[in-house]
Amino acid sequence: MSEVAPRVAVVIFPGSNDDRDAAWALSALGAEPILLWHGEEELPPVDAVVLPGGFSYGDYLRCGAIARFSPAMHAVTAFAADGGLVLGICNGFQILCEAGLLPGVLRPNASLEFVCADVAIRVERTDTAFTTRCEEGQELVIPVKHGEGCYHAPDDMADDQIAFRYAPGANPNGSERDIAGVLNRAGNVLGLMPHPEHAVDPLLGSGDGALVLASLVDAARERLYARA
Amino acid sequence: MRATVLVRPKKGILDPQGQAVESSLRQLGFPVGEARVGRVIDLDVEAATADEARSEIERMCERLLANPLIESYEIEVER
Repeated sequence: MSEVAPRVAVVIFPGSNDDRDAAWALSALGAEPILLWHGEEELPPVDAVVLPGGFSYGDYLRCGAIARFSPAMHAVTAFAADGGLVLGICNGFQILCEAGLLPGVLRPNASLEFVCADVAIRVERTDTAFTTRCEEGQELVIPVKHGEGCYHAPDDMADDQIAFRYAPGANPNGSERDIAGVLNRAGNVLGLMPHPEHAVDPLLGSGDGALVLASLVDAARERLYARA
Repeated sequence: MRATVLVRPKKGILDPQGQAVESSLRQLGFPVGEARVGRVIDLDVEAATADEARSEIERMCERLLANPLIESYEIEVER
């Protein structure tokens, strides 16, 4: 018997370019993706939200700084405040930081070069909605592709908000404390620079990203059952 | 009213663009110290007085033009 598919919104901003990959990956992992234009003021009934990668508004001013004011982001902010699951990938991570849903900010890579490579990241937390399928300290190989992924943390950010770190020597962008992904304090919002949606089929180099997205789909399904 | 906003990376914040500019200038034979690269935003604002323009632009900086975590800003209003 197949399990019920939880509904996951994927928000499309002008300049998003990984929305369809995210939708494809979520679908392959048992969710029902719902593509949502950023101009929508309300979310449809969903069990999770994904903000995909890309270059919303051409990264003008600061990456994510303009997208955060889109109508859909008001709805996403309310959804997150209610405990809803929100995952931001790359540009989605940048938008969540600018929106204040996650601490810190992403700045131009220390090298000033765009980086496109498979990188090893270490799982720091396995007790979150996004990492239940991972093992403590497990290394995942997931691609990054960004020009502005150098994470700067606020002074008061707790260590337990770090969900992923780049493996020793693998930091591709100069991020402080090798941070690759961070959680909000409540643990229902995650942002990360690597792209799990590009690593769900081993045929394309690595299937490790599926562990992150399948964890999210599991958690979204639990929300769905709780709602029913 | 014409106004100019200068946005700068805060002290202590890594500025790779500034470092690249600095090393290029040194290679060209200019013995500069530290270089930092920021951003200039020229604005036309509707305001009766310079003070009113300034406080309006401060709100713009807090909401959009600067990220207070990493950037400081300075506002110049033309008389």
